[in-house]
Amino acid sequence: MSDQSDSPRKPSTEPDIAAGSDRKGPAIVSRRWMLLKAGMALNGLVGLALAVPIVRYLLAPARKDSSYKSWISLGPADSFPMGETRLVSFRNPWTRPWDGETDNVAAYVRREGTSQFKVFAINCAHLGCPVRWFPQSQLFMCPCHGGVYYADGSRASGPPERGLFTYDYKIAGGLLQIDAGQMPSLSNTAKLVNISSPTNDGDCPCRG
Amino acid sequence: MPRLKRIYDWFEQRLQVEGPVKEAVLHKVPRNTASWWYVFGSAAFTLLMLQIVTGILLALVYVPSAAEAWNSLNILNHQVPLGWFLRAIHAWGSNFMVAVVFIHMAQVFLFGAYKFPRELTWTVGVFLLLMTLGMAFTGQVLRFDQDAYWGLGIGVFILSRVPWAGGALVHLLLGGPTIAGETLTRFFALHVFVIPGMLLFLVAVHVWMVLKLGINEWPMPGRLVRKETYIAEYNKLAHEDGIPFVPGAFWKDLIFSGAVLAAVAICAAVFGPSGPGGQPDPSITQTVPKPDFPFLWIYAVLSYLPPSMETPFIVLAPIAMVAGLLAVPFVAGEGEKSWHRRPIAVLALSMVAVSWAVFTHLAMLTPWSPHMNAWSGDTLPVEYLREATPLVRQGAVIFQAKQCRNCHSIGGHGGERGPTLDAVATRMTPDQMRYKVVTGGGNMPAYGKNLSPPEIEALVSFLETLHPKNEPPAFDASQQAAESSGAPAAGSGSRTP
Repeated sequence: MSDQSDSPRKPSTEPDIAAGSDRKGPAIVSRRWMLLKAGMALNGLVGLALAVPIVRYLLAPARKDSSYKSWISLGPADSFPMGETRLVSFRNPWTRPWDGETDNVAAYVRREGTSQFKVFAINCAHLGCPVRWFPQSQLFMCPCHGGVYYADGSRASGPPERGLFTYDYKIAGGLLQIDAGQMPSLSNTAKLVNISSPTNDGDCPCRG
Repeated sequence: MPRLKRIYDWFEQRLQVEGPVKEAVLHKVPRNTASWWYVFGSAAFTLLMLQIVTGILLALVYVPSAAEAWNSLNILNHQVPLGWFLRAIHAWGSNFMVAVVFIHMAQVFLFGAYKFPRELTWTVGVFLLLMTLGMAFTGQVLRFDQDAYWGLGIGVFILSRVPWAGGALVHLLLGGPTIAGETLTRFFALHVFVIPGMLLFLVAVHVWMVLKLGINEWPMPGRLVRKETYIAEYNKLAHEDGIPFVPGAFWKDLIFSGAVLAAVAICAAVFGPSGPGGQPDPSITQTVPKPDFPFLWIYAVLSYLPPSMETPFIVLAPIAMVAGLLAVPFVAGEGEKSWHRRPIAVLALSMVAVSWAVFTHLAMLTPWSPHMNAWSGDTLPVEYLREATPLVRQGAVIFQAKQCRNCHSIGGHGGERGPTLDAVATRMTPDQMRYKVVTGGGNMPAYGKNLSPPEIEALVSFLETLHPKNEPPAFDASQQAAESSGAPAAGSGSRTP
């Protein structure tokens, strides 16, 4: 039994020394306890010095959304027929060599005028599942929980709190470009969105 | 065999483990704890060992790279001899482990085993449960297919709802802005190094406390736990009416663990491995993602939440659940252990079990998901269109072509998101149908912009025919009264022939 070896020694003064020097006066602080504390302090310092780069390494992916995004061309703006919605795919601008197919990103482009577009992320605003476009009924339907959106991206029915996410776009040199690179999510609009006023194209802070 | 004995002694002299092992093996446990109810903890441990062994074997082939993982799983399934079986054992072992851990927890709760002095054992157990679920989730991601991709996407959307820190948390979870190469490698590190390491450490702590504090005695109504007296009472019980843990209680553990392993092997052989499904290419939208079994209930709950509840619920519910579990031994650390005298505990457990089962069942049936191919694939029963006018037939075509069928079933086929329409004419008058189609409402989109007035007329005239032969269609009583009194109601004359 382990008790046998420990118990007779317990009443001795050793635990007191170990507990600290304050009560018994400085005379009892032996050299070896001093050195132990010095060793602990050294390890604490080095540990702290190591922790800083380690934590920074760990937190490296947590960057501003804008630093992940860049403008990507989706092809000539005129290749999108007026009044129709088309599925396009592009390579994500932020990549690693071993990303494989995960860099293929899809989006829906709706041309509303000569230079008016709406570019929707395929991710449902509820939980991110890929919505499908049905041109016959002019609806986007989500396969997960049945969220439905109208052609303009506004919420039609189902659990989503808001309309589809949109990408910022511009037309440069006849090419339709979008500001992409980030998986669209509610991260910047965790606050509740009023569903009675569906996506207002101008004020959504959480663009893809 | 003197030679064997000499070898044993040589090792024992250096290792000196005989004492502690004998103490652990032969320590006395109360006689009635040698019960089939006390076998789940050891079964969970056995399954953990199985998962570690099969996990290492799979790691011999699996490539934790977003570009190669899916291919390597297919090669495991189809080219590596018995690779499919190892994958199947690992997948089924995971299902069984989650189930057994939950059953173990339910049993411990029902038997009051979390009460003094075993509060910390319960606390550690709660973290073991969380880690088991963490292993199940990270494992689902390593099966890098479409379900894994979009399942993780759901995780991202849940995490993104955390106020303020949501965006940063998503980046940290994914190792970047999207689910891609660095996502898989960090889930691999979590699944293979981080969580198993913590699991093994906490299992050691958990088992250590079970050995030191003794197995919970069989609860007897009226035998109350008091902090002042419990330990003396327990020691007396174990001493006077106790049997050595081995073999008295241990044989049941052994047999149950063996049976569970056999069940895993049989399920693996019969049902095979899970996936991989389609390749993890997010530009493929023809997919119906669904999470693995342990998380199906969350998938169902998220479908039923009203939009205004989503964020508060998603952010607060997990915290509340874990806090509730952790609080159990500190709220009810003393008193009755027997379920005969703990009605609230029994009711709470039953309620949780029934809710879980119901939500899981609902998630498996997914009545809220549109059937994406119903409009083009499902046929209409012939008798619905027999002797139909051209207008009715055109309405039937519009019903299909405008994807109404994706949410509304007819003749037992089609989506179930909306009500089935086989007898819709008995519930709604044509005017009500017209109004509903144009304006939508509830869970139905408004079709006013997407259907021309002639199309709406055709559609409604088709819906009007949908009623059983012996049941007349619904009618507007006030309109009929107005018509019979000679004053034509507005709008009634335009349509009727």
